[in-house]
Amino acid sequence: MRKLIFVVSLFLSAGVLAAGGNVHLDKAEYDLTDKASLQSGAQLFMNYCLGCHQTQYQRYQRTFEDLDIPLELGSENLQFTGEKPGEHIKNAMPAESGAKWFGAPPPDLTLVARVRGADWIYTYLRTFYADESTKFGVNNLVFPDVGMPHALQELQGVPRKTNEKMLIDGEMVDRYVGIKTDGSGELSAAEYDTAVLDLVNYLVYIGEPSRLQSESIGRWVMIFLLVLLVLVYLLKKDYWRDVH
Amino acid sequence: MWKNLMDWVEYRLPIMRVANMHAIQYPAPRNMNFWYMFGFLATIVLVNQIVTGVWLTMSYTPTAEEAFASVEYIMRDVEYGYLLRYMHSTGASAFFIVVYLHMFRGMIYGSYQKPRELLWLFGMFIYLALMAEAFMGYVLPWGQMSYWGAQVIVSLFSAIPVIGPDLVIWIQGDYVISGATLNRFFALHVIALPLVIVILVFLHIVALHEVGSNNPDGTDVKRKKGSLKEDEKTTFKIHEYYTDKYDIVDDIVPFFPHIVLKDLVGFAFFLLAFCYIMFFNPEMGGYFLEHPNFEIANPLKTPEHIFPVWYFTPFYAILKAVPHKLGGVIAMFAAIIFLALLPWLDRGKVKSWRYRCGLHRWNLLIFAAVFVFLGYLGGTPQEAWKIIASQIATIMYFGFFVLLFIYSKNERTIPVPARITE
Repeated sequence: MRKLIFVVSLFLSAGVLAAGGNVHLDKAEYDLTDKASLQSGAQLFMNYCLGCHQTQYQRYQRTFEDLDIPLELGSENLQFTGEKPGEHIKNAMPAESGAKWFGAPPPDLTLVARVRGADWIYTYLRTFYADESTKFGVNNLVFPDVGMPHALQELQGVPRKTNEKMLIDGEMVDRYVGIKTDGSGELSAAEYDTAVLDLVNYLVYIGEPSRLQSESIGRWVMIFLLVLLVLVYLLKKDYWRDVH
Repeated sequence: MWKNLMDWVEYRLPIMRVANMHAIQYPAPRNMNFWYMFGFLATIVLVNQIVTGVWLTMSYTPTAEEAFASVEYIMRDVEYGYLLRYMHSTGASAFFIVVYLHMFRGMIYGSYQKPRELLWLFGMFIYLALMAEAFMGYVLPWGQMSYWGAQVIVSLFSAIPVIGPDLVIWIQGDYVISGATLNRFFALHVIALPLVIVILVFLHIVALHEVGSNNPDGTDVKRKKGSLKEDEKTTFKIHEYYTDKYDIVDDIVPFFPHIVLKDLVGFAFFLLAFCYIMFFNPEMGGYFLEHPNFEIANPLKTPEHIFPVWYFTPFYAILKAVPHKLGGVIAMFAAIIFLALLPWLDRGKVKSWRYRCGLHRWNLLIFAAVFVFLGYLGGTPQEAWKIIASQIATIMYFGFFVLLFIYSKNERTIPVPARITE
C-alpha cells in the first residue's frame, strides 16, 4: 500500500512538472455549477468564436439543456445558421479556406480545454498584444506567432506591452508592467477578465459535458462503497473468528 | 424437485465437482496477506474490461475518419456512455497496477520457484498479451498519442535486421500508420487478444491449483501422505483430489468463503480508489488519459513530446537509454525475458524473503525503486541528466538478476519454520 501511494504521488508530481511551459499561466477559477457564467460563455462563444472554430462533437440541444437555456430562447439567440437544435455546433467555413486565410484551418474547440487545460486558455485569451510585424497585427505571449487575430479586441480594446516609469530606490526606472489595454474596448479590464473566465468555463463544460453528472453519481457510489466495505469487513471477521 | 434437477445436470456436467475442487474445498494457506488479493482483483478487472468493451464496441466505429468522433459520440450521446468509457480506460491502468503488484508479490515470496515455474511463465505470457492488448486499445480512439505512440512502437520492429522494414509494412497493412492499421488493431484488440488472455488466465489458474498456493512463509501446507498425525491435519472439509494425494496441515482455510471474503475486503478498498478516479478524475493528471490524445490524430503534426502510457514507460526508458536502435529494442525485450527466466536465475532453495539473506531483501526493494524510477524517466520530457540516469537505472535493473544469480547459489538463509507462523 505504501508503495502504491508512493507511485501515485510520483505520477502526480511529475504531472505538475510536465504541465508547465515557459510562460506563467494564470489560474482560471472556473465553476461548472455557475449556470449564469456558462450561459454568458456560450453567448461569447457563439458570437466571437464559432465564425471560425467549430465544436463539431457537441449538439446545440444538449448544450441548451445542460445550461438551463430554454430551447426556443437558445434557438433564437444562439443559433445563427438555421440548423435544428439537435444538430452539432458547426460553422460554414470550409477547411481549405481556413487554411488559406490563417495558414492552418482553425482547430475544432470541443476538446480544447482537455488538450490545453483551462489555465492555458484563460491566459492565452488575456495575453494578446499589438505587434505590427505579424499578419493580423497581434501576437501572443503563450502562443508566439499564432495565426489568429485577436477575436475579442472589440471587448478588450487594443492591448499593448506597456512600460511605466516608476521610482525604485530613488531612481526613475522604465519598467515593463505587462499588457494593458488602451481602453477602446467595450469592457473594463476587470470585466474582460470575467468575460474570458466565462468563456473558459463554457469550454471546460463542452470538453466534458458529463462532468457534473459523473460527480453527483460518484458521491452516492462512494457512500455505497464505504457501507459495503464495513459490511464485508464484519462478515470476513465473523468467518475468520475460528481460524486463528 | 430442485435437487433432482441439480442431480440430473451434475450427472452430465460436473458443475459441483469443479466448484468444490477449485473453490469451495480448495485448500489455501491461512496466512495469505493483502499481497495475495491482486490476482483476484486482476480477474475482476479483466471481467470489467470485457463487459465494458462489449458495450463500447456497440457504438465505436473503427475507421480513421469516424473513430475519434465515435468516441465523443459515446461520451456525449450514448446513455451513460461516458461511464462505460471511463470504466474501460480506468480499468486499463488499474489492470497494470494490480498486475505489477501481483508480480512483485510473486518476487518477494518466491512464488516462481519450484514447483511453480510454469505458473510463473503463464503469468509472464499473460503480461505480454496484456501489453499488446493495451497498446492496440490505446490506438483505437485515434487521438494524437494513439497515432504517434503507434508510430514509435511499430517502428521499433524496423530495427530488426533484414526483414525489419518489410515487417513494419506487414504489421501496419500500409506504408504508414493508417485506417488499415486501425482496423486490424481493432480486430486484434476485441477478439484475438482477449481470447488469448482468457485462455492463458484459465491455464494460469489450473496450474496454480495443481501445485497449490504459496504463502508469505513459503512453508508447504501439503505433506507426504501418511506423514501427519490426525490432530495435525486440517479440520476443514477439503476435496478428495487434494487429500487423496497429500496430508494437509492444519494451516489452511477453504478458498470459499474464507479467502473470498478476505479478497472482497480488498476489493471494496480497490473499488473505492477505482471509483474515485473514474467518477472524479478519469484523466488522472494526464497519466491514465493523456491530454494530447483529446486532439484527433494528425499525421502532419508531430506532438512536442511523445510518451507511451505510464505502464510502458519503464521499458520505454530502457529503450531510450541504449544509444543504438537495435540494441535498445533488444534491451527492452531482454528486460521482460529476464523476468520470465526468474525461476532459473534464482538458484535459492528458500522462497520467501522473510527467510533469505539481507542482500536479497535490499536487492528486491532497490529493483522495485529502480522500476518506478525508470517509469518516471520514460514518462517525462528528455533532459540531459536523464540520459545518464536512465543508463544507470537500466544497468541496475539487469544488475538485480545478475546479483540474484550469483548470491542465490550459496546463500545464508534463516531456517524456514515447519508450520505457518501467524
